[in-house]
Amino acid sequence: MDLRRTFLIFVPFAWLLLLFLIPFGIVLKISLSDIALSIPPYTPQLDLSAGWSGIVEYFQALDLENYVFLTQDNLYFLAYMSSVQIAFISMVITLIVGYPIAYGMAKAPDHWRPTLMMLVILPFWTSFLIRVYAWMGILSQEGFLNQFLLWIGIIDTPLTILNTNWAVYIGIVYTYLPFMILPIYAALEKMDGSLMEAAEDLGCSQTSAFWLVTFPLSRPGVIAGCFLVFIPALGEVVIPSLLGGSQTLMIGKVLWEEFFSNRDWPVASAVAVILLLILVIPIVLFQRNEQKQREAGR
Amino acid sequence: MAQQQKKTVFEPWEDPSEKPIIRFKNVTKRFGDFTAIDNLTLDIYRREFFALLGPSGCGKTTLMRMLAGFETPTSGSILLDDKDIAAVPPNKREVNMMFQSYALFPHLTVYDNIAFGLRRSSMPKADIPGRVEQMLRLTQLTQFAKRKPHQISGGQRQRVALARSLAKAPKLLLLDEPLGALDKKLRNETQFELMDIQEKTGTTFVIVTHDQEEAMTVASRVAVMDQGRIVQVATPDRIYETPNSVYVADFIGDVNLITGKAYPGTGEQVEIHWGEAQAPIRANTSKSLAAGAEVKFAIRPEKIGIASEPPQDAANVVQGKVLDIAYLGNISTYHVELPSGDVLKAQATNSRRISRRNITWDDTVWLFWTDTAGIVLTE
Ligand SMILES: Nc1ncnc2c1ncn2[C@@H]1O[C@H](COP(=O)(O)OP(=O)(O)OP(=O)(O)O)[C@@H](O)[C@H]1O
Ligand SMILES: [Mg+2]
Repeated sequence: MDLRRTFLIFVPFAWLLLLFLIPFGIVLKISLSDIALSIPPYTPQLDLSAGWSGIVEYFQALDLENYVFLTQDNLYFLAYMSSVQIAFISMVITLIVGYPIAYGMAKAPDHWRPTLMMLVILPFWTSFLIRVYAWMGILSQEGFLNQFLLWIGIIDTPLTILNTNWAVYIGIVYTYLPFMILPIYAALEKMDGSLMEAAEDLGCSQTSAFWLVTFPLSRPGVIAGCFLVFIPALGEVVIPSLLGGSQTLMIGKVLWEEFFSNRDWPVASAVAVILLLILVIPIVLFQRNEQKQREAGR
Repeated sequence: MAQQQKKTVFEPWEDPSEKPIIRFKNVTKRFGDFTAIDNLTLDIYRREFFALLGPSGCGKTTLMRMLAGFETPTSGSILLDDKDIAAVPPNKREVNMMFQSYALFPHLTVYDNIAFGLRRSSMPKADIPGRVEQMLRLTQLTQFAKRKPHQISGGQRQRVALARSLAKAPKLLLLDEPLGALDKKLRNETQFELMDIQEKTGTTFVIVTHDQEEAMTVASRVAVMDQGRIVQVATPDRIYETPNSVYVADFIGDVNLITGKAYPGTGEQVEIHWGEAQAPIRANTSKSLAAGAEVKFAIRPEKIGIASEPPQDAANVVQGKVLDIAYLGNISTYHVELPSGDVLKAQATNSRRISRRNITWDDTVWLFWTDTAGIVLTE
């Protein structure tokens, strides 16, 4: 019995250790190193043949230089802020678009729901990258959207959407919409319909019943959805790289460039560590929300 | 008793000048091809305490939901104060309902649940706390005011639901099994509170209950339902004493049913021939019956006397053997097997201690009853 429990706890811990803590330790170590023209492109490297003095030397060579550098160049601060802003605005738009969809799904007749659910998940069946490229085809100057708008005569000259922040918002909202819809739907679907009836019975109009009963009860779903959108959107690389323009500043893109264009692994690692620290706050809040919900559910 | 006095005076259904507050006119409700309410016509009067009784699934909740506005009749009409309420949405009806599932708001405290309706009403803000506290006291929930519904017991939840529906003191209050989860003592107290509230506010109550005793205690009239139809509507004593059908006789209380053939005599007298070697049962009925018509004779166990000696000058006497004795504290029920194999139940009050009682298992006993003790049923 106890052995089984230990085992059950051990599995996720081993998973976490292997796939998160060890890689994180490596990244943290690189962020404390210096750039070098070698393979891998940083020093110091641990040299065990030198014995104890080698280890001491190794640790003495580590410093916080790269973090200091991040505060000196304004670019990084702006990139972090801009990422937070883009992720936050995208999250709000996703919520505004996603909530009515989830509500509609939860209110739909029983036999419709699996189909609707399927439609929400369906985009995941094609590769994420292909879908982003498809958006390039839609949003470009001679893309479908502009052609359509020109054809119905709303505009005379094509709109520039691709390679602006607009395209980034569209891309993020599109990509992460299911992550907003599904938790809200789950919260709304298990809600007892008689609660709305009780609210109406006690004198609420349908609208006020929604705001006084339905919405507060779906709040855990809303919070979960917001985190599920905000957290990955903050570090998003592909969407800003492909849909965004030169002025689109997102930390994921900066990180990518440091690693692959500049081959400056230590600075890139420092950027990644800071990003993780920024994410820790919403992740902890998210865990709290989940836990509260679980307790309330009992 | 004063209570009793009042009840005999309060009989608006006998008064042609009295207007019912609720009228169901040929109401039918179908869910798909299932008929939940079947061509039902019913009048309920102001200040009534109207109890709906019937087996599970007979349509009691559906009837209530139509009154509250959550279901619309498939055909027929419902009038509240002479106005058809089909088009009136639930929040515009002066009706409050206590849900069978309670439907408490899980995100609100007990206090806020009770205050919910008051805050949507025209009641001045300053009066709300007083009213909520009054309701909390009434339902003995004061100390749980700050808890959420998932932090209190089932019976406490039921009381919150009751308090919430009572708080607005509506014209018509629908209570769907309001007291089922309460213990007997609390239930009795709450029943009297409900009757008291009704005296004070003049609210009309429609109450669903599975507890016959409760229906008998609180109701001005009882409706017995079966498969979407109303079988009988009458005062509790008439339902009990003169059920109009075997269904009602069997549903309310305990009853002995004897099938036989009726042979009317002079006046209201009738003889019911049954069993091979049995003397016919002598009974009274106002029904006009054809000679030899198949009837059921229904008699309550407490109307049958039991004796260990053949009784003198009783209208009906049968001999039998004690098969079983069910001891219920204040009374005992004797199951007596007749030579024909039929089993009759007779009840006697336990005025003596068990050890001093003279009838026991396998004794030969005589059952007897008067000619007015039972009733003759044809349906
Ligand atoms: N929305 C619905 N759709 C289909 N059938 C329904 C619906 N609501 C009720 N019914 C059916 O109508 C019948 C009456 O239901 P109702 O809830 O009125 O019963 P009830 O008398 O309140 O029973 P109980 O004593 O168990 O609460 C039941 O057979 C039920 O299955
Ligand atoms: Mg019911």
